[in-house]
Amino acid sequence: MKKQFLLLAFAATLYACGGSSTTTTQSSSESAEAPKTESAETAAPASTESYDPHRGEGKFTAENVNVGATLDANMATEGDKIQGVKCSSCHKLSDERLVGPGWKGVTERRKPEWIMNFITNPDPMIDKDPEVQAQLEICLVRMPNQSLSDNEARSILEFMRKNDGVK
Amino acid sequence: MKSKNLIVGGVLSAAIMSSMVACKPKSASEAVSGGAAEKAYVAPGKYDQFYNFVSGGFSGQLSVYGLPSGRLLRVIPVFSVDPEKGWGYSEESKPMLNTSHGMVPWDDLHHTELSQTNGEVDGRWVFGNANNTPRVARIDLKTFRTAEIIELPNSAGNHSSPFITENTEYVVAGTRFSVPMDNANGDVPISTYKQNFKGTLSFISVGQEGNMDIAFQIQCPGVNFDLSHAGKGKSHGWFFFSCYNTEQANTLLEVNASKNDKDFIMAVNWKKAEEYIKAGKGKKVPVKYAHNVWDDKTHTAKSVIKNEVLVLDAKELQDICYMIPCPKSPHGCDVDPTGEYIVGSGKLAALIPVFSFDKIQKAIADKTYEGQYDGINVIKYEAALHGEVKKPGLGPLHTEFDGKGNAYTSFFVSSEVVKWNIKDLTVLDRVPTFYSVGHLCIPGGDSKKPFGKYLIAYNKITKDRYLPTGPELSQSAQLYDISGDKMQLILDFPTIGEPHYAQAAPAELISKNSTKIFKIGENQHPYVAKGEAETKVVRNGKDVHVYITAIRSHFAPDNIEGVKVGDNVYFHVTNLEQDWDVPHGFAVKGANNGELLIMPGETSTLKWVPEKVGIYPIYCTDFCSALHQEMQGYVRVSPAGSNVPLTYSIGKTAPENESSK
Repeated sequence: MKKQFLLLAFAATLYACGGSSTTTTQSSSESAEAPKTESAETAAPASTESYDPHRGEGKFTAENVNVGATLDANMATEGDKIQGVKCSSCHKLSDERLVGPGWKGVTERRKPEWIMNFITNPDPMIDKDPEVQAQLEICLVRMPNQSLSDNEARSILEFMRKNDGVK
Repeated sequence: MKSKNLIVGGVLSAAIMSSMVACKPKSASEAVSGGAAEKAYVAPGKYDQFYNFVSGGFSGQLSVYGLPSGRLLRVIPVFSVDPEKGWGYSEESKPMLNTSHGMVPWDDLHHTELSQTNGEVDGRWVFGNANNTPRVARIDLKTFRTAEIIELPNSAGNHSSPFITENTEYVVAGTRFSVPMDNANGDVPISTYKQNFKGTLSFISVGQEGNMDIAFQIQCPGVNFDLSHAGKGKSHGWFFFSCYNTEQANTLLEVNASKNDKDFIMAVNWKKAEEYIKAGKGKKVPVKYAHNVWDDKTHTAKSVIKNEVLVLDAKELQDICYMIPCPKSPHGCDVDPTGEYIVGSGKLAALIPVFSFDKIQKAIADKTYEGQYDGINVIKYEAALHGEVKKPGLGPLHTEFDGKGNAYTSFFVSSEVVKWNIKDLTVLDRVPTFYSVGHLCIPGGDSKKPFGKYLIAYNKITKDRYLPTGPELSQSAQLYDISGDKMQLILDFPTIGEPHYAQAAPAELISKNSTKIFKIGENQHPYVAKGEAETKVVRNGKDVHVYITAIRSHFAPDNIEGVKVGDNVYFHVTNLEQDWDVPHGFAVKGANNGELLIMPGETSTLKWVPEKVGIYPIYCTDFCSALHQEMQGYVRVSPAGSNVPLTYSIGKTAPENESSK
């Protein structure tokens, strides 16, 4: 597009001035590049591969999300506090939909790394994940990015596990 | 694809037109030469190279434009209320507009100045002055919000402000309308100007985190202080103020203040003033002024009235202030990047005098005075003069610098910008402006290190430049490319209010620090609800406090009953969002008030005193999601004596046996 623009502008000069001059060859505005969107920045290392619906998209993988066989009760309590501020306006703990789907059973339906990726990096996943897209057709509100830190996200995951009966 | 072709087509025809003009320049309206469109064009999705902070003049606000596109990015409310943003309407922001005269909803913001470190623009803050009820504001460039406002006692018409020293040690203010001091008897005949009216210069210290404080004031003869600039480099420690009405007229100034061939630039040795303050020479004078500070953690402003200020007397302490004669009502008072040259622009003069800092120092050392003005030594004109730019144009006003040894001066009467060499004082280039230019801005153009590249002229008259809009027309800015030897006009753009001084800085200096959200965990507002579990409605006598949250796309609670006519209802709305660019708005039908616009993680309060019984909808005013139109609620207002209990809920539908009451 830029090249085309320049070429045309230059051609126009030639046309208008009969080739005598000069002035318009300067590069079209040296405007700064807008930074890439957050989704691109936080994309997984292996983002060249196509979207993995089991892992989702983001920095979390089966390797770096360690889930114990039993519940970390302290972490779950912390997660409960955070979800009270950042999540509970839209999600119930039952399977009933409020703005978004209820949380009951989510840790059985989704892999831990998928949950971690989705709650920390929702935008690209809403755009790419077929099941999230189907969900969006029902809920119509894109899940907001609530700026969760990695630790906060992990605590929420632990609370979801508790909510699903992990002891 | 179709639109792309259209854009290309449009650009193509613009390029043809401009190229033709380049070959054959004709009239003023066609004085745009080749390549202008490309130079000002910033493609969709691309960022501008510079932020331009433009005073809003009588709008009282500060506007932010992108350069070179001239796109309006934001209007920051400063001294005037702004119902769109709740500024002056929310309970939290009202104290920002408090003064010793009470709440003042409007002012006239004339000049902007970016904070500096070592004489270079540092991108932390921009200052603005209020000309009517004298104040100085500090705007935080992380949040693009007014963070602090300080009122100035013993002052009227704060015009020569808010110019700063090279490490932002001080921001200054000078009084344009001399008046009796606040603690003197002000009930005097106006004709006693010469005896009773004084001018003061205020030096406001600025801490590392802001926190402005009036360090001292210098009491001067009653004249009109107009503009000012700090010395820099070798002249750091000095400040220069232009003064007019040295005739000390109190009526028909148009004639009576234009009699003297020369007025003055006043040179102020503020390091000396500091020494006198340390030595205890300052007099504590009783006054009253407001100091208002915004807190990003409580999301609330506090206003404190202060009662005292330190004043130094310029007549008593002879070696602080010196007068330098300057032809015909000097307006602009600008110091070049080296700190050696001080340019005075006599607005009725037909030349530009340039003073030399070294010569001023020598003249003071040698006492080369021509006499005194109201007790202040007057340096001989020739002894301070570096030289004069001869026949530059008519009505010089303001000068900016490109850091390459050139100065650019605006000429109001002859509607042009003139580029000249500071050392040899020769005129290098001139371009017309459309029309009647006031201030100029070059990015960093009053600092030690100008960024150059562009010059913006802020015009007072636009007349035929835009489509007519009735009797009142927008004022305008014109953008010139100054990267070559010749200045080239590349863009016109309309501006809000009346632009006076403006400043610009490279985008990356500021954009990288921009706040995206306020962390909800750090919110210390006394009425915050961190999550819907904390929402509630509490009655305390006639005061009803509603702790309400907003998130896409509902309020909690959204049904409230038990409010009575005459209650003071405070909606404390917490935006639970933690994502960039998701403010929620809040409005209630019939409120004699503005709206709220609440940023992610912030709490804001709208006060409403219902006057009639009925059902009142509340809703989100800022389109937030596909279900934004569903983001609403109801408040039931009952008669004053009613015993409807105070209840609140969300998601609760009518029980089956509910009988309507």
